[in-house]
Amino acid sequence: MTADIQHAPATRSYRDYAQPAWRRLLFTREAAIIALLAIVYVVAAVSVRNFAAPITITYLLLDVATILLIALPMTLIIITGEIDLSVASVVGLSSVTLGTLHQAGMPIEAAGAVAILVGAVAGAVNGFFITVVGLPSLAVTIGTLALFRGLAVGLLGTTAVTDFTEFWTDLAKSKIPGTPIPSVMVLFVVLAIVFAVLLHLTPFGRGVYAIGLASEAARFSGVRVERTKFILFVLSGAVSALAGIYYTLRFGSARGDNATGLELSVIAAVLLGGVSIFGGRGNILGVIAGVLLIGILGSALRLANVTSDVINIITGALLVASVVSTSVLAWIHRKRIGAGIKKGPPAPAQD
Amino acid sequence: MSDTPEQTDAPAPAVLELSRIAKAFGAVVALTNGTLRLERGSIHALVGENGAGKSTLVKIVAGLYQRDAGEFTLDGASVDFTSTAQAKDAGIAVIYQEPTLFPDLSVTENIFMGRQPRGALGVIDRRAMKAEALALFERLGVRIDPDRPTLGLSIADQQILEIAKAISLDAKVLIMDEPTAALSGVEVERLFAVARGLRDEGRAILFISHRFDEVFALCDTVTVMRDGAYISTSPISDTTVPEIVRQMVGRDVTTLFPKTEVPIGDVVLEVRGLTQPGVFSDVSFVARSGEIVALAGLVGAGRSEIARAVFGVDPYASGTVTVDGRPIAKRSPSAAMVAGIALVPEDRRQQGLVLDSSVARNATLAIRRTLARLGLITNAAENGSARIWASRLEVKTAALDTEVGTLSGGNQQKVVLAKWLATDPKVLFVDEPTRGIDVGTKAEVHRLLSELAGQGLAIVMISSELPEVLGMADRVLVVHEGRITADIPRAEATAESVMFAATHAEGEAA
Repeated sequence: MTADIQHAPATRSYRDYAQPAWRRLLFTREAAIIALLAIVYVVAAVSVRNFAAPITITYLLLDVATILLIALPMTLIIITGEIDLSVASVVGLSSVTLGTLHQAGMPIEAAGAVAILVGAVAGAVNGFFITVVGLPSLAVTIGTLALFRGLAVGLLGTTAVTDFTEFWTDLAKSKIPGTPIPSVMVLFVVLAIVFAVLLHLTPFGRGVYAIGLASEAARFSGVRVERTKFILFVLSGAVSALAGIYYTLRFGSARGDNATGLELSVIAAVLLGGVSIFGGRGNILGVIAGVLLIGILGSALRLANVTSDVINIITGALLVASVVSTSVLAWIHRKRIGAGIKKGPPAPAQD
Repeated sequence: MSDTPEQTDAPAPAVLELSRIAKAFGAVVALTNGTLRLERGSIHALVGENGAGKSTLVKIVAGLYQRDAGEFTLDGASVDFTSTAQAKDAGIAVIYQEPTLFPDLSVTENIFMGRQPRGALGVIDRRAMKAEALALFERLGVRIDPDRPTLGLSIADQQILEIAKAISLDAKVLIMDEPTAALSGVEVERLFAVARGLRDEGRAILFISHRFDEVFALCDTVTVMRDGAYISTSPISDTTVPEIVRQMVGRDVTTLFPKTEVPIGDVVLEVRGLTQPGVFSDVSFVARSGEIVALAGLVGAGRSEIARAVFGVDPYASGTVTVDGRPIAKRSPSAAMVAGIALVPEDRRQQGLVLDSSVARNATLAIRRTLARLGLITNAAENGSARIWASRLEVKTAALDTEVGTLSGGNQQKVVLAKWLATDPKVLFVDEPTRGIDVGTKAEVHRLLSELAGQGLAIVMISSELPEVLGMADRVLVVHEGRITADIPRAEATAESVMFAATHAEGEAA
């Protein structure tokens, strides 16, 4: 050790990474999911009639947009080791808020803003019980799943509001001029960049990972664990409400039971995309690939006249396989590290 | 001092005898010469510093560990327990500091768990069970409702329950591992009454305690252990507290961990009247620039709790923490960090590091906000800072993205130190900074702390190792049961003076 710790020159040299870049990028779960996505796409495009048609892509993206949007904050929540099961109910609550206010004469812009605010408040309710009261998120959001859905259905009954301004319903279904890609993808890409930067390039994001891996160590390092989680639940509520507005306008129908059960599709896609249910691992790119994989698979199988039961079985099996593969990979990783300690320098960290 | 227990004038038959028991865990030798002789109708105290090997010895007797060498006889016959059940069947019962009971079951059900009296058709005979429980309590002279759930029973009552269980099993040997640590004065008296009653019934009792007043009030014989080895056994009437303390710490502590003499500067940290009911009370101390202040005391005295409260991780009810004359208003780690306080926590694996994360991410976790440019933080920035600190502390790692959990304990500790030194703190708390790390790295850590003090850092060191405390500290604050009971300058700090203060509250009768 040197005499002056604070100003000593570097006496040792360290490599940044134990492995070359291609190994670090290729041997990851995310790379595997993206590769699987590409394979499924190519196989479907070749073998399923009409799958490659532009109109298929348009509808596919219109369909998965809701899940894509909600999956963004869900990714961060699951990385902290928590979960939000109330997202689909927030979609319903937002839909009903939008519909009722619009019916009462409020323009879509203002009604939409109120719906997002309602979503944020719903997220804050979750966040309050989880971070201030200290209840487990699984229990809290199972409760609010029923609560928010109940509010939504209670507000509008079994009726639906359908008289939305044509400009907005058309916009929700519109395509980017000259492409088969729906305009809503612009909104999604912007939000995806925001969430990816938040998770991967900010001190906040570093805290998110630390909380998921070792929340006590995070707290001892000055990470504001409760505050971070609270913010994430508010974001989840707000983005779910935004997805609810899109959902309502796309189908031109505000109903209390809109998107019932969607939370499970979102969580399934996030896990398929490589996020660990135990927290601490995963990234936005993998999640996007996971959502698209489920979407493409479903779309291709439907076009091939496979019944929805069978589609459910296939996506379910895929999800189980992906979760199991994570455990197997982790087991191999531990084995390799165990062997590394005996043999010499430890095996490099790798997901 | 002889190697074997002295024979007393009236040799009672030994019920349990341990001779030259050895036990090692890998390379760590916990016990080299565990020697103990328990007699019927006698209460025997076992004393020694933290790490002297008392717990290991007890765990071998209880069947939790198997000895590597030595003799272990019960009623003259050699025994070899491979499970706690065997020890129990042989008549050995251990009462732990905090018993583990089934909280939702009744007091009676807990006592007779697994061996309930059966009536007709093999159904549990609840009436007989309750009657037996009542008879046990009467024998012990205590009043506990046998039908109430154990949830909500005081620790003292839970211990009585464990004792009742032991007696119902007709235990010959009762081992009480620091039973009084969580008890109030009245409860201690009741426990002592029970223990004396059991002694008079002819049972052998081993009483492990750090409190000499209790040892002298209750016990007939005392055995001292040090560094995993038997030191002496003597009748309590033949010895004194200073004599026992001398035997407990008697080792050469002169030049192991030298702190270099540096000029001591102004007060950096000032803690005033810090109180958290039941944990610590009215804790006041200062740490000056260039000074290493040690918080010494027994495990459980409240040292770590004080450090954690100052750092803002744990709450405190009242008191103030001031750094450079500015009080810290908000009680949170982030506020403490902004003020210039850093804490290298006691539990490296749970509190110090994100084990599954990389060296670089760990080394920069506490400075992630200052590393960010325009709110964005990059791998390059993290690696740059981590490289500098890893190099200064000579962390041995394959690469900066190596998972920190794969490093050795000493290198892990260096990463924790790197993480906190990177925050450029004014006050550094280190809680057991060398626990579980190899000797070479230990010396490096000591030298590092000494150098940091030389550069004007105020260091508050918590250590259970007396040589470390005596070698490193400019001043030793002794914590006893949540209070600072002594402030001993370097010149006057000796193993005896520190140990004495650690085991005696101020003004408490010895």
